[in-house]
Amino acid sequence: MPVNLNGVTAPLDSADPHTNALDWLRSRGLTGAKEGCAEGECGACSVLVRRPSGDRSTWTAINACLIPALSLDGQDVVTSEGLGTPDDLHPVQQEMAVRGGSQCGYCTPGFVCSMAAEYYREDRHADPAPATGDDGEHGPNGFDLHALSGNLCRCTGYRPIRDAAYALDSPAADDEFAARLAEPAPPAVATRVTAAGAEFVRPESLAEAVRLLADTPEAQLVAGATDWGVGVNLMRARAPRIIAIDRLPELRMLHVDDDAVMIGAALTLSEIEAQLDGRIPLLAKLFPQFASRLIRNGATLGGNLGTGSPIGDSPPVLLALESEVVLTGPGGQRTVPLADYFTGYRQSVRAADEIITALRVPLPLAAHTAFHKIAKRRFDDISSVAVAFAIDLQDGVVSRAAIGLGGVAATPLRARRTEEILVGAPWTSETIEIAARSLTAEGTPMADHRASSDYRRAMLGTSLPKFFAQFEQEAEPA
Amino acid sequence: MSNLSQRPINPAVGEAIPHEAASLHVTGRALYTDDLVHRTRDVLHAWPVQSPHAHARVTGMRLDDALATPGVVRVLTADDVPGINDAGVKHDEPLFPTEAMYVGHAICWVLAETLEAARAGAAAVEVDYAPLPALVTVREAIAADSFQGAQPTLERGDVDAGFATASKLFSGEFEFKGQEHFYLETHCALALVDENQQVFVQSSTQHPSETQEIVAHVLGLASHEVTVQCLRMGGGFGGKEMQPHGLAAVAALGATLTGRPVRLRLNRTLDMTMTGKRHGFHADWRVAFDDDNQLVALDTTITADGGWSLDLSEPVLARALCHIENAYYIPHVRVNGRIAKSNKTSQTAFRGFGGPQGMAVIEDILGRCAPLLGVDAAELRRSNLYEKGQETPYGQPVEQADRLHRAWRQVTESADLERRRAEIAEFNRTHADRKRAVAITPVKFGISFNLTAFNQGGALVLIYKDGSVLINHGGTEMGQGLHTKMLQVAATALGVPLSTVRLAPTRTDKVPNTSATAASSGADLNGGAVKNACEQLRERLVTVASQHFGVHPSDVRIEAGRVSAIGSKAEPLAWADLVQRAYFQRVQLSAAGYYRTEGLHWDSAAMRGCPFKYFAHGVAATEVEVDGFTGAYRTRRVDIVHDVGDSLSPLVDIGQIEGGFVQGAGWLTLEELVWDESDRPTRGRLQTQAASTYKLPSFSEMPPDFRVALLEQAEEEGAVYGSKAVGEPPLMLAFSVREALRQAAAAFGAPGVSVPLALPATPEAVYWAIEAARAGAFGDDLLVGETTLPPQPPSDAPHLRPESERLAADAGV
Repeated sequence: MPVNLNGVTAPLDSADPHTNALDWLRSRGLTGAKEGCAEGECGACSVLVRRPSGDRSTWTAINACLIPALSLDGQDVVTSEGLGTPDDLHPVQQEMAVRGGSQCGYCTPGFVCSMAAEYYREDRHADPAPATGDDGEHGPNGFDLHALSGNLCRCTGYRPIRDAAYALDSPAADDEFAARLAEPAPPAVATRVTAAGAEFVRPESLAEAVRLLADTPEAQLVAGATDWGVGVNLMRARAPRIIAIDRLPELRMLHVDDDAVMIGAALTLSEIEAQLDGRIPLLAKLFPQFASRLIRNGATLGGNLGTGSPIGDSPPVLLALESEVVLTGPGGQRTVPLADYFTGYRQSVRAADEIITALRVPLPLAAHTAFHKIAKRRFDDISSVAVAFAIDLQDGVVSRAAIGLGGVAATPLRARRTEEILVGAPWTSETIEIAARSLTAEGTPMADHRASSDYRRAMLGTSLPKFFAQFEQEAEPA
Repeated sequence: MSNLSQRPINPAVGEAIPHEAASLHVTGRALYTDDLVHRTRDVLHAWPVQSPHAHARVTGMRLDDALATPGVVRVLTADDVPGINDAGVKHDEPLFPTEAMYVGHAICWVLAETLEAARAGAAAVEVDYAPLPALVTVREAIAADSFQGAQPTLERGDVDAGFATASKLFSGEFEFKGQEHFYLETHCALALVDENQQVFVQSSTQHPSETQEIVAHVLGLASHEVTVQCLRMGGGFGGKEMQPHGLAAVAALGATLTGRPVRLRLNRTLDMTMTGKRHGFHADWRVAFDDDNQLVALDTTITADGGWSLDLSEPVLARALCHIENAYYIPHVRVNGRIAKSNKTSQTAFRGFGGPQGMAVIEDILGRCAPLLGVDAAELRRSNLYEKGQETPYGQPVEQADRLHRAWRQVTESADLERRRAEIAEFNRTHADRKRAVAITPVKFGISFNLTAFNQGGALVLIYKDGSVLINHGGTEMGQGLHTKMLQVAATALGVPLSTVRLAPTRTDKVPNTSATAASSGADLNGGAVKNACEQLRERLVTVASQHFGVHPSDVRIEAGRVSAIGSKAEPLAWADLVQRAYFQRVQLSAAGYYRTEGLHWDSAAMRGCPFKYFAHGVAATEVEVDGFTGAYRTRRVDIVHDVGDSLSPLVDIGQIEGGFVQGAGWLTLEELVWDESDRPTRGRLQTQAASTYKLPSFSEMPPDFRVALLEQAEEEGAVYGSKAVGEPPLMLAFSVREALRQAAAAFGAPGVSVPLALPATPEAVYWAIEAARAGAFGDDLLVGETTLPPQPPSDAPHLRPESERLAADAGV
C-alpha cells in the first residue's frame, strides 16, 4: 500500500527495512524535513501522521528519522511542504515567518509540523486568563509549549517561536486539515517486505507476532522505534527481521477495573496520558518530563521496559506504583512484578520469544506521590537520577511506601531498605532525616558525563527531604 | 554625519522586515547543501575512517576488504593528493595524516554508491596504529609544556607597582570549558567537475574564498579553476569559518578522481567528534583593588586549549587578550596568552571568538571578589565601567563609554531593579529551599577583524534592462539575516522598493578574495561594498535622469522606484524606464563595489593599536531561581538594552540579540563537553558527542519574560547607514545568568561568602556552589590578601605576527 503523502500517492518501493522515514521522504525530493541529530532529539525531521483518536483522528507529530519508512504503509503523512506554499502559507507558517521565528531556517520545517499538530489538537481551547501560578508554558490560545519540547533551535532563543505559537487562532471553518480529523485514521496495513537482506513485517494479530518472534528470536520488535531507530542511524544496528507491533489491537487497550489499571504495551505515552487523564497522578507527573512530545507520540511503556535501560524514566515510576509486567510468548501469558523484572544492565526476565503486552498497575493507588527527575535540562533530557515516591499515611504514620530509583545502579530498583525504615514510622522531619540517610546508601551510583557519583548520591539524599518539604507546603492551608 | 552613515528619507534600511527567506524556511523550500544531493545524478557518498586513539602513529593500512565491499568505489588516501596534503593555512593540518592526533581524526575516506556502502567500507578498512602518549586536558598540556603558536603579552602601566600600592589583593585559578557549535545543519560539501575540469564545490561554509583556496592547493590547481558556492547555511556560529575547507577538499578530490559528484556530509556524531569547538581556557590570575573598590591591576596568564592544530587559535587568543577587561577600566594590566596543544579536536572560531573567554575571566573575578570586598556585585561592576577618555589596555580610546552608562541606567530603570531586589530579598527570607537573585552585567565588544587586512568587502550589483536588480556580495547567509540587510541596503542606496532587488547565492566567481563572514562584520563590510556599488550605479543613472529632466544631477530624486527632479514640471520616470534609457545610451549597468574599513591599525607583535572600528555595547539583567535540594534552576526574567547603532533591520537585530543571549547562556550554564580523561582505552574520546548527551538550550531555558530594547540615539558614524554589528556581542550578555546563579547560590549561605561556580554552571555545579555557600568556605582556589605571580612566558616566546600581516608590512602597507 502506498503512502498518502501531502495528498499524493507515494510508493514505498525505494525503502528497505532499515530505511527511516526521513531518508525516504528526502529521496522523494521532500527535503523540508532535515536530519539534525538522527536520534529524535532535535525535531528537525518532524512530520505529521494522522493517527487514530476514538473514531476520529489526530495530526500527530513524529520524528521521521526514527521510524522505519515501511511502517508508514497505507498511512496519511503531511510535511511542511504539504502544509502550505510560499504564496499560500499555512497559518502556522505565516506566524512563524512574520514574527522572526526562523533565522537559519534549518529547524523550521520541523517546528512548523510540531506546531501544526498542537494547532489542530482538538482539546486545545483558548484560555484568555490563565489561572494564577501559570507556568508560562501555556498560551492564551491554549497552546501547550510542551508540544515543541522535542524541537531544538540554535538561532532564535525561542521567544519568537513561542510568540508565533501563542498567536495562533483556531483553524478556520474551511481548513482542509482540520476537516480530515473527523475521519477515522487509516487502519494499520498488514505488511511484509523483504529487501536488502532484511524483512519488515507488520503482523495482523498478537498470535502472529508471537509466531514470528519465535521463528526468529533475533528479530527486532518495534513500536515507536524511539530506541531502535537511534541504533539503526548512529550505531548501524541491523536486524534480520523487524516486527512492527505498534498497531496490534491486543496491545492497545487501556482498561480500568476495581483492582488494577491495565495499560497496553503499544499505546504511546501520549495516548496513555490522554486516556488516563490524570487517573494515575504519579504517571501524570512523569509524562511531561519523559523525553519530548515528539518522542511520547512514538514511545511506549512496552518499549521503555523492553530496552531495560537503567535510566529509562518510566521504571522508577512504575516501580513505585508496584506495577506488574504482562509477558506473552508461545507458551502463553505470565505476569511478573516489575521489581523482579530487571536482572542486569539492559537485561530482564523476558525470554527472547516473549512480547511485553501490558502493564498492570494495582489499585488502590498510594495517596501521596512525587517524581523527581534530575537532569541538566528541564525539557527533553535523560535523567542522571530519577526517584519516584508513593506513600500512604494513616494518622501521621507511614502505612505504605514504595520508592523507585533510576540511574543509580545497573538496573532500576526499589529502595527497599528505606521503605522499611519509613513504614510504621511517624511522618516527621526526624524520620525523613533517618530515611534520607538510608536512601543515600541505596544503589551504587557511578560517575559519567551526565553527573558525578557524588552528585547522584547527594540527589538520592535530598530527594526525600524535597518530597517532605513539598508535602508540608501542600498541606498548609491556603 | 558621514557619507557612510547618512540615511536618505524613507529608507528601506531600518524597517522591521522578516528574514528574506522566511517563507522558504517555513514551507521547507529553502535549500541547504545536502538538499542538492537529491537533485544531482550519480552521486558518490563519502565516509571517514576515524582513529580510535587520541594519539597514535599510523603504521599500516589495508584497503582490500574495503574495496571488496559491495558499492565501494574508491578509498582516498594521502597518495591521491596531487597538491598539498593540508586542510588549513598554517600547514599543520594534514588532510590525510600519518599520525592520528585525536579520537575521531579521519585517516582516510571511503567513496561508495550509497551512504550505507560507504559506512560498511569504512568499517572494513584496517588501520594499524602505534599508540603514543596523549595530552587530553589543558592542565596536562601546561604541565608538559605543550604549546603551539604565538605567546603574546598585552601590557599597560606598571603591574608590579599596582600590586605594591593597592590595598586589596586576590589571586586564583579558573578553568572553564568550551562549547560545541551544534549548528542544526552539520558540515556538508557536494563537489562536481565539469567538462572543462572546472571544479565546482557547494559547501556549507562561512568562508567560501578560503574553501576555494584550500581546495585548489589540495588539488594542485589555481584558484580560477575552483568555484565555491554557498546557498545558505543551517547555522554557522564560527564553526564553518575554517572547518569546512578540508571536507570540501576531500569531496573535490573524490570528484576529480572519479569524475562523479561526491557528497560529503558529516552526521552529528562525525561532526561532533571531528570538528573544532569553542576553546576551553585556563587562567591563573591576580587582581588588585583600591580602598574604593576600583580595579587597580590585573595580572593573568590565560591558556587556550587549542586542540591538535593551530587553526584559528592565534586570533582567538588575541581577541581574548583584547577583551580581558570587558567593559571595565583597569590602569595596570598584564595578560600573557598561550595556546596549549592537546589531543582533541582543533578548536576554532565560535561566536565571540575568544572575547567571551577573556571576559569570563574578569566576570568570574568580579563575581568572586565582590563579597570579599563587601560590596554588591552590581555596584562593583558599575563603578568600574569605562569613562569617556579612558583607553583600553591596547591603547584604543573607548569613545562611547557613555553608552555603557546609558544602557546600565536604562536597564536598571526598565527592569525595575530596585523594587525587584527588595522583592527577592523578601522571597529569600521566607523560602529556605529556594533562592532568587538578579545580576546585571555589561558587554563592550570590539568590531573589526583584529587582523586589519581582513577588513575589506566586495560586491557585484547588476541592473537588468527591465529594471530588476541582482546583488552579489562576499558574505554568506547562516541565519543571521545578512542577506535581508543587504537587500535593504541596496534598495536604500538605489532608491527602489525591496521587491526590485534580488540576491544571488554567494559564489567565489562573482566576488573574489572575500573575508570570512565572521567577526560580526558581515553587514559592515558587505553593506559598505553593496552600498558602494549601488552608489556608482545610481550616479550613472542620475546623470541620465538629469539630462532627461534638464536639471542638475543633484536635483534628481530616486525614491521608491520613482525618478523625479526638483523644479522640473516633467512627469516623473519609473525606475525601469530610467534603466532602459540608460541602456540605450550605453551606460554600464553593473558595478563592482568595494569597502575597506578606514582608521584601523594594529601591531599584533606589540599588541597595540586601534584594531576595532568601534565597540558594541550592551547591558543585561537576569533573575534566576535556584532549588536548594538539587541545584536545578530557572531563568525568570531577562532585560537587555543593547547598542546596535541605528538598526539596519530591527527584527533581525532583536533576533540576533535574543539568540546570542540564549546561546551564551547555553555555554555558561548548560552545555558540557566531557572528554574521557581516564587511562582507559577510550581516553580522549568525547563522551558528549550527541544531542542526547550534549544538551543545548531548549524551550525550557528560554526566559519566559524576555525584554530586549535597542539603545536609542545610537547612530554609528563609522558604519553603513549608521548601524553596528550585532552577531557576536549579545552572546556575552549571558554572563548575567551565571552571575545571578552564583548570587542565588550564595543566598543559601551567610552574607559575604564568595562562591566558586563552575563554567558551565549546570545544576550539579550550582548544587556544589550551594554546598560551598552553606559551608561558608570560598574554595581553596582563591587566595585573599596575597597573590601568586602567574606563570610568565619565556623571553624567547614567539610573537603573534600572522603571515598576512608580515606580507602587508613587506608590501609597505
